[in-house]
This record gives sequence, structure tokens and C-alpha cells, in this order.
Amino acid sequence: MKVLVPVKRVIDFNVKVRVKPDQSGVDLANVKMSMNPFDEIAVEEAVRMKEKGLAEEIVVVSIGPSQAQETIRTALAMGADRGILIQSDTDVEPLGVAKLLKAVVGEESPGMVLMGKQAIDGDNNAVGQMLAALLDWPQATFASKVEIAGDKANVTREVDGGLQTLAVALPAVVTTDLRLNEPRYASLPNIMKAKKKPIDMKTAADYGVDVAPRLKVVKVSEPAKRSAGVKVADAAELVSKLKNEAGVI
Amino acid sequence: MAVLVVADHDNASVRDTTHKTVTAAQALSGDVDVLVVGQGADAAAKAAAGIQGVRTVLHAESAGLGKMIAEAVEAVVTPLMANYDAVLTPASTAGKNFAPRVAAKLDVSPLSDVMQVVDASTFVRPIYAGNAMETVQSNEPKKVITVRTTAFKAAGEGGSAAVEKIGGADAPKTSFVGEEVVKSDRPELGAAKIVVSGGRAMGSSEEFHKVLEPLADKLGAAIGASRAAVDAGYAPNDFQVGQTGKVVAPDLYIAIGISGAIQHLAGMKDSKVIVAINKDADAPIFQVADYGWVTDYKTAVPALMDELTKIGK
Repeated sequence: MKVLVPVKRVIDFNVKVRVKPDQSGVDLANVKMSMNPFDEIAVEEAVRMKEKGLAEEIVVVSIGPSQAQETIRTALAMGADRGILIQSDTDVEPLGVAKLLKAVVGEESPGMVLMGKQAIDGDNNAVGQMLAALLDWPQATFASKVEIAGDKANVTREVDGGLQTLAVALPAVVTTDLRLNEPRYASLPNIMKAKKKPIDMKTAADYGVDVAPRLKVVKVSEPAKRSAGVKVADAAELVSKLKNEAGVI
Repeated sequence: MAVLVVADHDNASVRDTTHKTVTAAQALSGDVDVLVVGQGADAAAKAAAGIQGVRTVLHAESAGLGKMIAEAVEAVVTPLMANYDAVLTPASTAGKNFAPRVAAKLDVSPLSDVMQVVDASTFVRPIYAGNAMETVQSNEPKKVITVRTTAFKAAGEGGSAAVEKIGGADAPKTSFVGEEVVKSDRPELGAAKIVVSGGRAMGSSEEFHKVLEPLADKLGAAIGASRAAVDAGYAPNDFQVGQTGKVVAPDLYIAIGISGAIQHLAGMKDSKVIVAINKDADAPIFQVADYGWVTDYKTAVPALMDELTKIGK
């Protein structure tokens, strides 16, 4: 089975996000960019499937600026086989991403698309579900365990109130949650090897997909700030304030 | 034109998040219908009919709908959208699962985690783990919206809408295998008025439960945890409060031994009153706390219990 893993280049999760003073967006100049953490988990899961003999080939696809090649290289160093970069210097909305991925699926015919449940920039949590809908494939989102059993995948999902296990017929879209695995660090020899693995350069036009945005960003603003309150000295003072001042107990 | 709310329910009743989503829907249209999908959900459909301001309740049943399988829910919702301008659902794991699927079928861009309805086509939603707020305008012919329910007031009771049965649907390529539902006598984390949360400072699963459970029971509170405590195995994942877990906004949030990483703050900073107990005076949690107490939780929690007993808790 071939596994397709979409990855996104996003602001590193450790970086403090700053809103631009003109409210046109978030300041991305000179900040560290990395692979979306949920996508890293998806790459790791695909590599483990390959190590167990459940996947033959792992194809990584990214939609983004030319620097997203670095993100693809990271995935190749972790163990993916080859990459596709669909170059776009503007932000593509989840609907456009899903349409591009559908076109890639049409060319590659993977048995599974394994991807992060959401990107930590837009936080939409939408592309996997939308891709599954466009392909008319089943979906298993928020996976914390994936087991391949013949022509099906048994996927345990993190849902409100506990866990749910679904069996989805392959091909299917599976999106990863945090506890699925802990991604490996690529070794130096593998980083060197990854430099020789092929990356196909494409554009949205190559796939005949219209990725024009449907939503207009009016502004991006700072969230309402909370200010620090007072310090209390002991339990009696705390309980008294909660009861008499805040009235919450 | 009318808007549709897909209810969040447990068969017996509708969750409070549904009432809050109805409020968000009313900002778009005066004609709000509620769809209840499930299996054996008659009581929930009846409860939905009692929400103030609801015009009609649609009720669909099937095995797949009973498990909220996205393909089944989408197959019921998408054809209904011929009659509606927008569909809204709480941004629960179930809502996040099926809503984008509906949007793709309708060929529209979805709107996730909406916190404010500015007007019928303009919405505010958090991005970058709540570190920025995005105001977006959608001129899509149909709007597919998941609602961050903590940002809306609940619609009241006292409505008397008619309940109309409609056809269900199933998911031929997906089957339900099993589930592990965490049973608890405490209130649900997302709906609790008081939340008591513990962090990695607890040091072990035994300590986490030993310290937090009596306090939670005394206050009638739900128990939450930081991601660090969950990752360390002290608490199950569905206790997790934060951008990668649950977003809560109770009247009172007590953070015990939690440093206050950005990702945790994203999940609780809209709480009405925040209390932080931490022995590190420089912990970022104190920057958002209304009441901070710099002390070791080991002595603080028993002292707090004693004081609560004194006021009759």
C-alpha cells in the first residue's frame, strides 16, 4: 500500500505569535518555521507502517512557498520516500487544499491518506474531512491508534468523553491526534540521504484546481488580555475573596 | 432564510452547548431549526423542542447516527441544506468531524470555532491557539459553522416547537467497533461551573487523584489537567484543558501546580474567575489569575479544604 502524507510548513509551536500592528495578519518575518506537529505525527506513523511492512511507499506532499521544500526534506529524513511541492505564495484555504490533494490522490492512488488533524496556524481542523468528502472515502479523525487489518483500518479516535474505535474500509483518510506516537528525530545519515530523494515541483495550475480564496480576512487582532489580579496570603483570604468579592462559591 | 443547528445530545437530553449554538444561530436568522440525529433519541428531540426560539425540530435515526459517524451525519445534513442558508453545530469532536465534510459536499469554505457573529456574513474566530483573533467575511451561498460554545450565552427553555421525523442515513464504508466512555459522577468538564485542574507538579497519577478529587467533590467541580500532566500519564486525555484538549470557560477555574503554558492558557483564559496555586512566583499562570497564591499545593489544598468546610462546603 502507498501512503500519502500531506505536511504543512507553519510557525514553530514554541514561537510566541505576534499580531502585526496594521492588523493584516501575524508577523512571520524572521520567525522559526517547522513542520506542523500533527503532520510530524502522521509522517512518523507512516514510517512505522513501512517498517512493519504495511506500507510500501510514503509520498509526502506540501502546499506552500518554495521554503516548504525544507519541510518535505524533514519528512524524507524521517523515512518518507519522495516529495511533491505544490508551490503557492499565498495562503490556500482548506477547501483549495482538499481539492489539490484530491488531484494528487488521483495521480498517486494511495491506500491511505494520513495527515494531521489540524494545522496550528489556521486551526481549522478541516482538510482531512473535506478531502474524504471530495473522494467519497470514509474518514477516521483524531486517531490515537491505527491498526491495518486486511482491506480495513481499525482506528481508535479521541472523542469527547473517551475513545471510539471505528473500522474504515481502505482507501480512507486518517487524521492524527497528539497521542498516536512520538515522532523520531532524524539521524544525520538519514538527513544526508534525504537530500538525494526526489521532490517534484508543481503548481495549482498543473492540477487545474482553482484555489482562489472564498473568505476575506477583514483583520487579525490581539485577543482580549487578562490582567493579573491580586496575590493572597493564605487559604482563609482566598476563600473569603471567592465567596464575598467574586461570589463564585 | 432559515438556519439549521445540529444538536449535541446524549439521547436523554440536549447538552447546554446546543442552547449556546442556538444563540449563535439567532444572530444569523430568526428562523432556527434544530436537527437531532441519533439512535433512540426521542427524549433529546423533545428536549430540543423546548429550547426558546426554535421553530421546528427535525429528528433522524440510524445506527450510524447513534455513533455520530461523520459520513452518516453528513448524508443527512447535506440534502437538508437546500432549505437553509447556514448550518451551525458546537465545535465538539463530533461537530468538528462532520461539519467540514458537509462544507466540502456543498463546495464552500467552512468557518471553524466561531466565537462571535458580527453580522450575517462576518465572524470572529481564534487562530494560532487563540493568540490571535481573525475576523473573516464569507460570501459563500451556504455557511457551515462550528461554534466555540463557551463564547455564547445559552438560549433559555420554554419553547414548544414541533418535532418532525425525517429519514436517517448510514455509513456503508465505516463500522462502529467499540468505545470506552469515561464514567464519572462529577460534572462534565465542558459544562462545569467550577473546574479544578492539576499540572505536572503533582508528580504521579496517585498524587493527582489524591489531591484533586476531594477538592473537586467538595466544590461540585469537574477535574481538568494540563497537557504536561496528561503527557506524563497522570490524567487521561479527556481531562486535558488547552488548545489541544478542551476549551472551558467556567465561573471558577482553580489551577493547581500548573505553570501556564500558552497552550493551556488558550483553553481556560475565558473563565470568569481564575485562581492559581503554584510555588513558583514567576509562573506565567499568575499573569492571568485573578487570585494568585504562591505556595506549595501540598499544604495549600488541605488548608483550602479546611476553610471551605468552615463556610459550609
